[in-house]
Amino acid sequence: MSEPAREERSHRDGVRAVAPLAIAVVGFGISYGVLARAAGMGVLAPIVMSMTTFAGSAQFAAASILDVGGTVAAAITAAVLLNARYGPIGVTVAPWLTGSAWSRFLHAQLTVDESWAIAAEGDGRYNPRVLLGAGVTLYAAWVVGTVLGVAFGDVIGDPSTWGLDAAFPALFLALLVPQLRGRRAKEAAVLGAGIALVLTPFTPAGVPIIAAAGACLLGLLDRPTPRADGGSAT
Amino acid sequence: MSDTWTVVVGVGVATIGIKALGPMLLGGRPLPERVTGVVALLSPALLAALVAVNTLGGDQELVLDARVPGVLAAAVAIRLKAPVLIVVVVAAVVTAGIRAVTG
Repeated sequence: MSEPAREERSHRDGVRAVAPLAIAVVGFGISYGVLARAAGMGVLAPIVMSMTTFAGSAQFAAASILDVGGTVAAAITAAVLLNARYGPIGVTVAPWLTGSAWSRFLHAQLTVDESWAIAAEGDGRYNPRVLLGAGVTLYAAWVVGTVLGVAFGDVIGDPSTWGLDAAFPALFLALLVPQLRGRRAKEAAVLGAGIALVLTPFTPAGVPIIAAAGACLLGLLDRPTPRADGGSAT
Repeated sequence: MSDTWTVVVGVGVATIGIKALGPMLLGGRPLPERVTGVVALLSPALLAALVAVNTLGGDQELVLDARVPGVLAAAVAIRLKAPVLIVVVVAAVVTAGIRAVTG
């Protein structure tokens, strides 16, 4: 698991790792396009939204609220709550994004749950090349899926018929397990999942996951690794 | 501007801003030592929450449906050290199979 001479992963590794998920993302993009059209969003708006917002759950929430005649404020609030998790997620990748401001902005926009999870290298490290490769692949899949859904309608039916909704938690689990080295990481995972499940029935969607981020405060229980004493000026 | 376009622009601007915040403000610098341990735990905490909510979450309720055996099968595949591709396919196939049988 921690072989010392580990090869550096490249952009291509990110593309390869995320490819199976990209198929599922096309499927959900199609169903988003279908739902958005049915909600009266027209042809162009759903495609522009996929190109700019690029966050599936928030876009589904906004479209379904418009569909049932909800207010603009309700649709925006729901979407923003669902995307609030990208605040802490952005903090986790920030130290590893060493390029120019434009490069960091681009990486930030391509950071979604799946590209973020795949780019993790354990111990809080992230690989920006894998993040970019996986992010571009998912972006293309999401936008192409949306266009197909808007243009051709219900060609695949409900993606859950194909079990695609189970593919996402399976991926997250596969990427979580290698991160569970050490007692604190296990505790944070159990506490995070627990917070999310307890809050799910009582809070709007999105809140459980952002609240689960609070489990990271367990890290405050540990003192920073003590340095060699003697006041060496490092 | 129509309601639809107000939502598209509002959600788009907010999401782009939220995603950009960390990398633009903190990018490329190591975090202060005190914070590193906390941020390192964000990954397992958020990933575990995503697993939980995507497996058991419904519309403001917890539901036990065909996703659960799918994710359990994925857990077995992970235990057997299957590659991620196989893990994902196993989850989808088991969930789809159960839905096909139970209608």
